Amino acid sequence: MKHSLSLQIGPVAFRIGSAWRSPIEALARLYAGYPDPGRVCDFTVRLEPEKPWRRWIRPSVAIQGDYILPDAAPMSLAHGLLAAEMGMNLQMALGQKSHLLLHAASVEKDGRALILTGESGAGKSTLAALLGERGWRLMGDEFALLGLEDGRLRAFPRAISLKNGAITVMEREVAPQRFGPRLDGTPKGAIRHMRPNERALEAMAEPAQPALVLFPRFGEAAAARGVGQAEVFMRLTQASTNYVSLGAAGFEALTGLVGGCPAAAIDYPDTESAIDMVEQLWAEAA
Amino acid sequence: MSAAHALIAALRDPARAGDGDWNGLIAAARAEQLIGSLAYRLEGRDLPEKVEAIMEAARRDSAQARIQALWEAEMTRRALAPLGVPLVLLKGNAFHAAGLDAAIGRSVGDLDILVPKASLEAVEAALIGAGWERLKEADGYDDLYYRRWMHELPPLIHRTRDRMIDVHHTILPETARPKPDAAALIADSVALDPGSPPGAGSGLRILSPPDMIVHAAAHLFADGDLAGGLRNLWDIDRLVRQFVAADPAFWPALAERAQHHQLRRSVALSLRLAARLYGTPVDRQAAGPDRVTDRLFAARLLARNGWGQPVRPALRLAFYIRSHWLRMPPLLLARHLWAKARS
Repeated sequence: MKHSLSLQIGPVAFRIGSAWRSPIEALARLYAGYPDPGRVCDFTVRLEPEKPWRRWIRPSVAIQGDYILPDAAPMSLAHGLLAAEMGMNLQMALGQKSHLLLHAASVEKDGRALILTGESGAGKSTLAALLGERGWRLMGDEFALLGLEDGRLRAFPRAISLKNGAITVMEREVAPQRFGPRLDGTPKGAIRHMRPNERALEAMAEPAQPALVLFPRFGEAAAARGVGQAEVFMRLTQASTNYVSLGAAGFEALTGLVGGCPAAAIDYPDTESAIDMVEQLWAEAA
Repeated sequence: MSAAHALIAALRDPARAGDGDWNGLIAAARAEQLIGSLAYRLEGRDLPEKVEAIMEAARRDSAQARIQALWEAEMTRRALAPLGVPLVLLKGNAFHAAGLDAAIGRSVGDLDILVPKASLEAVEAALIGAGWERLKEADGYDDLYYRRWMHELPPLIHRTRDRMIDVHHTILPETARPKPDAAALIADSVALDPGSPPGAGSGLRILSPPDMIVHAAAHLFADGDLAGGLRNLWDIDRLVRQFVAADPAFWPALAERAQHHQLRRSVALSLRLAARLYGTPVDRQAAGPDRVTDRLFAARLLARNGWGQPVRPALRLAFYIRSHWLRMPPLLLARHLWAKARS
């Protein structure tokens, strides 16, 4: 394709091709400092005109690649960076078969990993982003990769996707050069991507042993409750995109995770109290 | 060398894989749904670490897809067993259930089965009773079109397993000019479990070897627009090699069946193209003389670049139009396009 770029994110290498220059340039700026992926990539993503003439006239970006959703809506070129991110997510959700993929954020301390999972809007991205600036190593804000053989967690520290209110929270905390452009009017409202810090990038190849699973929920009075293994298992099967297609290997990996670490659900009214609750539960789990 | 050329070269001769561009080869193999087949062809070779990891994941994925396909066939067998009708697995499911070479790394999407036309209603009712649901709106244009003109029921999807089933009563649309002998396909089908009593119809069956080739050729050249055809042609290559090795009388048997089902030309074309692209050893008499249009078919099959993109839009459009022309007489085609344009 006319414009292209390769990216290494944790154990996964992407090749992204685009009919337009601007999404590739935006990606290159956002992912400055990531390691060189080498010659062979795991997945190919393509940003193409939805129809041939939509390259020039009201440019419309169709997300294509090795694995696609046939009915994915095309996006405006102004949101080309988001289209590239969605294209990479799609490859992971549909094509990742080397790890059990959990829709979860994760952070690491002392070689042990904290997994944060919940529905969209539960605040896992924001919490992980904040923890990543406050003494933890960010492993990823979107996907956690559980090893099928060793049960350890691999980092997938792509750019953090901050939405709406979370954008201002992080803008107060982090230097401006780590942010991508602010994208208004996306299907999920305003989005701004943030590059993880140097520590997260340097250690991206280091796995961690899962030690605690949390199910955060934003917008409620502060409360924490333990969650039984059966419920944790069920919720994590729902949070996994490839649990079914991995068959027995996925089951073994997930039961290993559930049996090996405690879990709790936390409700929180604001991010600062959530951070306190996380630190306290982490200390109890240690 | 284009990525599609690199793909067929690697399938023919795994030693040649990756002498160019691994990314292009992998993207083309995924786009053509041949990544599993390629991964098994490359098994045990000395590959770059990353390539080996990708191929290993593809093999693991194929193995799991195979289990799911076999389970789906078994669920269908159980749902239809009370009817006592013969149940013939088609395409990928048949290859897997019979353990044919063509099954190695073969992806499987929908479950395709063939049943006698007279039992269609009973089969559909039994499937719906066992948890399958209609995908097309009942009595809508598509639903009625399928029932009146097609060789299969409108697709059904299972409520909890989320898998589709296509129930065929023959192997080409009723509107196509060749009229395959569906009764003969079923009469000559082979029981997968020879222990089950003959004629009981409660076990799974597959087409006879010659009919399997006839069906693959019909599906590729007398029905569709050749999109994804490299995989179907790879099926033909694998099947022919295995059948020829097992039965010295395979070629005359194939010639007889191709003639009987009015699909001699499609079979001959598929043999010529398999020989041209995959080096399949074919009987020159069955394949017939090369024709100038063979090159167009080959070019259509190979219209894929190293980003996994389809290329040569004009050629693809021509084959798309050809597929409708083959499937429908002109008046029906006009009515069909009119209805589709209005919807």
